[in-house]
Order: sequence, then structure tokens, then C-alpha cells
Amino acid sequence: MKVLRLDKADLERWFVNWAKTREVYGPLRQSSSDSKSISVNKSYTDWAILKDGKFPELGTGLPKSPIKKFFFPQPETLFTCSKRKGDPDAFVFKEPENRDNARKVLVGVRPCDARSVELNNLPFEKDPYFQANRAKTAIVGFTCRDRCQTCFCKEVGGSPVGTEGMDIAVTQLDDFYMAEVITEKGEELVQEGGGASEASGEEISRLKESKAQVESLFSSMSDPAQALEAMKAKDLFALYNAPFWSQLADSCINCGICTFLCPTCYCFDIQDEVVKGTIRRIRYYDSCMFPLFTLQASGHNPRGQKVQRVRNRFMHKFKYFPDRFGPFSCVGCGRCIRECPVNIDIREVLKDLLAVE
Amino acid sequence: MTTLLPNPYIPYPARIDDIVVETEDGNLKTFRLVLEDEGDRARWSHVPGQFAMLSLAGVGEIPIGIASSPTEEGFLLFTVFRAGVVTTALHQMDIGERVGVRGPLGNGFPVDNDLKGKNIVIIAGGFAFTTLRATLLYMLANRGDYGKITVIYGARTPGLLLYRDELKAWAERDDLDTYITIDREAPGWDGLVGFVPTVAGQVAPSPENAAALICGPPIMIKFTMPPLEKIGWTDDQVYLSLENRMKCGQGVCGHCNVGPVYVCKDGPVFTRAQLQGLPTEF
Repeated sequence: MKVLRLDKADLERWFVNWAKTREVYGPLRQSSSDSKSISVNKSYTDWAILKDGKFPELGTGLPKSPIKKFFFPQPETLFTCSKRKGDPDAFVFKEPENRDNARKVLVGVRPCDARSVELNNLPFEKDPYFQANRAKTAIVGFTCRDRCQTCFCKEVGGSPVGTEGMDIAVTQLDDFYMAEVITEKGEELVQEGGGASEASGEEISRLKESKAQVESLFSSMSDPAQALEAMKAKDLFALYNAPFWSQLADSCINCGICTFLCPTCYCFDIQDEVVKGTIRRIRYYDSCMFPLFTLQASGHNPRGQKVQRVRNRFMHKFKYFPDRFGPFSCVGCGRCIRECPVNIDIREVLKDLLAVE
Repeated sequence: MTTLLPNPYIPYPARIDDIVVETEDGNLKTFRLVLEDEGDRARWSHVPGQFAMLSLAGVGEIPIGIASSPTEEGFLLFTVFRAGVVTTALHQMDIGERVGVRGPLGNGFPVDNDLKGKNIVIIAGGFAFTTLRATLLYMLANRGDYGKITVIYGARTPGLLLYRDELKAWAERDDLDTYITIDREAPGWDGLVGFVPTVAGQVAPSPENAAALICGPPIMIKFTMPPLEKIGWTDDQVYLSLENRMKCGQGVCGHCNVGPVYVCKDGPVFTRAQLQGLPTEF
């Protein structure tokens, strides 16, 4: 693997050069104009296009939203068709012609968010839209140096200096940067950015040392690999019938913010929209927190009770998904903890589940 | 233009070729659909018990069991109960109009493996006879592959029975035992009277080298099991078909999960033994 050494000016040059042929996104500071907002953080960073040489905001934790919208947009048009009378192709479904084909680079993606793309790729492996979006999007990750208050990436199998899902992984060392070029897409970006000098052996050892040091700062309550295996070995019904679900669900108001902000929640709904004689079938985020999610036409609802829905979300993340695909469906970013209006803490739920005999 | 993988979300265009009003209340209609594209028709291949998404552009999609047997070529049958937005819109459509078909989806009954060589007992109630019709026709077309075939089918009234002409024809065959029943006495009905579980208990099909395929309202299934269990039937011999709200049909969108399984992809057919290992979220 190629490792490069860059100064901030080199990175800025890369971003500017990439922006000539691609859309470059990074976290930028946003301010809430809504004075009624109850959010404590009136100012936050979120994904925005980097124009006019703007440098991404990398100092303060995670951007408000995950990067799933670049791979699983809100909404995605699945197809269109004509509804016009006399049109021989009326009601014939066609792939949308005006798909967004712009190549994109996401700069400043943290290891948890980068890893979420790999996890979501498991259920979406054969999904033509997700795969097309993935093919046109490159991820330039930045490893973590500080730990967010609500971070628990290591508990669920991630790492603050992990590179899973990244095309280029950038690590800041004092006043310069090291870039590990991981994929061909990453190599292409380096060429387009105008290259950089190869790192010296000494710099590479400094990178390793720095990563090891950060890794050690991020403690984990348990051995993550062991926790995963323990959860897979646990009896489904023992977890499903655990005594804590009803108490946990009591405070939940089923607002769904956890699922919308979760990088690895990927449930969707499909609906038709009709505008001026054209029908669009779209898919967009749905949430298993909502009673309508499972309501049948007959009126029967398999998860009509709140406790069933709350349980389903956590069981999916920590039992159903790992049983089917291997890893937990959680990257430990902590957004759901940060934004939950009633302070439900997924770390506590994980701990409780691991304690079930 | 980015090339997409084979796209499972795009339905095949199809024409409504015929519509039969099945029940006296008009709430059930059978739609005969013909795929418009010759390539689609040639590629289409399903197993009894599978379903498809019927797609009404501008309205939505619904998962409906395929009522025609793979041995009936050139068309597909869907018997649809008018219940929600899309089924109501479909009921208002006419012969010749265009719909979309996405499928076949799901696993279907194991007619070519586990069920082969077995005595088959089909138990159905109300309008849940659709994919069992497909299965029965398939078995009759491959009659030598199965042992004794018994059909127990009931509805509230004679007018609510599906496929009434076929029921008469089946009753006359000597390679098939049919027990058609209605809940209460009705004028002009000289057949069996009684609930499906009661009739199943009276028929008492032997569990020896046998499999039961049961579709019907949950209450019927609940009361059909005790008389069968009493004469030695076990959960791994009993096949059930589930219905849950669905959207993608690919096991991705999350709507139809029952614990770790997706009804659309891992089902809709499960043995009762498999269902005992799952939460009852259906």
C-alpha cells in the first residue's frame, strides 16, 4: 500500500483539483436558524459541497447526518413511466433517464461512517441503485484523534483509526498529514489531485505509533469479537423475551430519529408519485419504529405495540443482522444516543443484551 | 449513464386478459394476466406457493400469491381480495388494461423435493385457497409423483367458495378425495356442513408418509392443529404460508421480517416446526 506525506496545502490542492471533475463534499459548519429549536447544539457540522477552496471542518466530532444519503438517497427514483392517454408506452416502467451520475468524493469521513457503507453493502449487495451510487462515490476518510462523548465504535467491531470502507485514509500528525492509498479509486484520486511525496520510513513508523496510541485511548468494555460471538450463540427467545424490553420501550416516543440518523438503518418504503402525466416510483427511508411499517390491509398489525417495535430495532442490529450477515449492524457512532429525545442509550441496551443468559 | 445491475424493481408489463368474479359478495376477483413481452413470457418460471408483486403504476404494489400452476402456460392467475388501496384500484380495472408483474418471489411449496412421494393433505379456508389451487393443479399434472391426495376446503357460505367449477370437476375424479364444507346450512347446498377443523378431525388423514399444506385464517389454523396432533401429525409435516406487509420483495426493505427471517425471501412457506423457532410477528 502506498503511503504519502502531505501538508495542508497539498490537501487543499487535491480538493480543488477533484472539484474540477467531481462533486466534493465535506463536513461544514451549519447554524440552526430555527430559534425554537430545542437542540442544545445550535451550531453543528453537516455534509455540504466544498466550493471555492473551502476546507472541511474536522475538529469537532461527527457531522450531524451519516453518509448513507450518498448511497441510499432520500428519495431514490426507482423508475418512471408515462400516464398520458394514447401513449403506447403508458404504464410501462422504465429506469429513470435523469439519474444523478455525477462522480462524488466525500472528504473527512470518520472510520465509523466509512465502515457503515461496507455493512450496508451486505443487504444491498444485489441492489442496482445502491451499487451504482457506490461505484461513483469515493471516500477519503480521516482517522479519529479525539473520542466523541457518545462514541463506542470499538465495542461493535470498529476502530477509531480503522480504514474499512475508505479509498484513502488520512491521518493528521501534528502539522502534516499522512495518506494511505487503499483502493484503485484512491490511486486515481491521488493522480487527479496532483500527487504528493512518498512518506519516508520514519514517517510511516510515526503513523503507526500515532494510530496505536489513539487506539489505546479508546477503551472498550469488552472484547468486541467475543461479544459478537457471544451474541450469535445466545438463544433468540432468551433475548426476545428478556425482561428489560417493556421498561426500555416505556420512554420511547417512536419518533424515529434514531433510525433516520443511524448510518446502518436501511429500511425503506416504496411509493408512487404522479406529477404532470409522469409517474415516479420512489423509495425513501422508513422506520420500524412506526406502527404503519407493518400494518396490513386487513387491519392486522404484527408489531402493533411499541415494545415490539423498539425490540425489533435492537434485535435487528445485534441479533438478526449478525446471524444473517456476520457483523453487528451498528458502527458505534453514537448519533442515536446524542439525538434521542428521551435519552435511550444503545450502549446500555447492548450491555443488557450481552448479560442475558 | 451508469449501467445498473439486473433490476429487480422494474415490473414486467402485462395485460389483463380476463376477469372472473369469484364470490357472491364480489370481493374476490381472479385476474388472468398475460405478460406482454415474449422474452418475459419465455423467462417466467415459478413454483406453486410463490407470489408476485402486482404493480399499478401511480397507485402502488401488492404481494399476491400466484393462483395458476406452472403447468398452465401462457398466462398467470391472481385471485385478489379487495381490502386496501391497490386491491381496490385493481378491482376497478377492466379487461385489456395494463398492469405490472414483478416476480416470481419467495420460496414456494417444495413440490419437487420434500413433498414428492408423499401423501398430500391440502386444508384451506375462505379465500386462502389460491396458491393451494396452483399446488393442487401441479400435483394433478404430475399425479404419479405423489401418493394419496386429500383436499379439505371450507368457506362461510357456498357463494364464498373459490373456483367452484373446478371444485365440481375435482369431486368427480377418482384419484383425489375432496371434502368441501360450508360453515352453516344453506338452501340448495347438499354437501358437508361444519367448520374446517371439525371436518379435518372427521376425515382424520393418516400422518403416515404424509404432509399437510394449510392456508386459511389464523383462527382456522389454530383449531385445525389439535385434531391433527391427536392422530400423530408433527410440526415438521405441516406447511403454512405467511403474509406480512411487504415492499421490496428482496429481503431488504425490512417490512416483512419475522425475527431473523424475511417472509418475502425466506418464505412465504414455512413448516410449522420452523415457525415455532420464530417470534409470532405475523
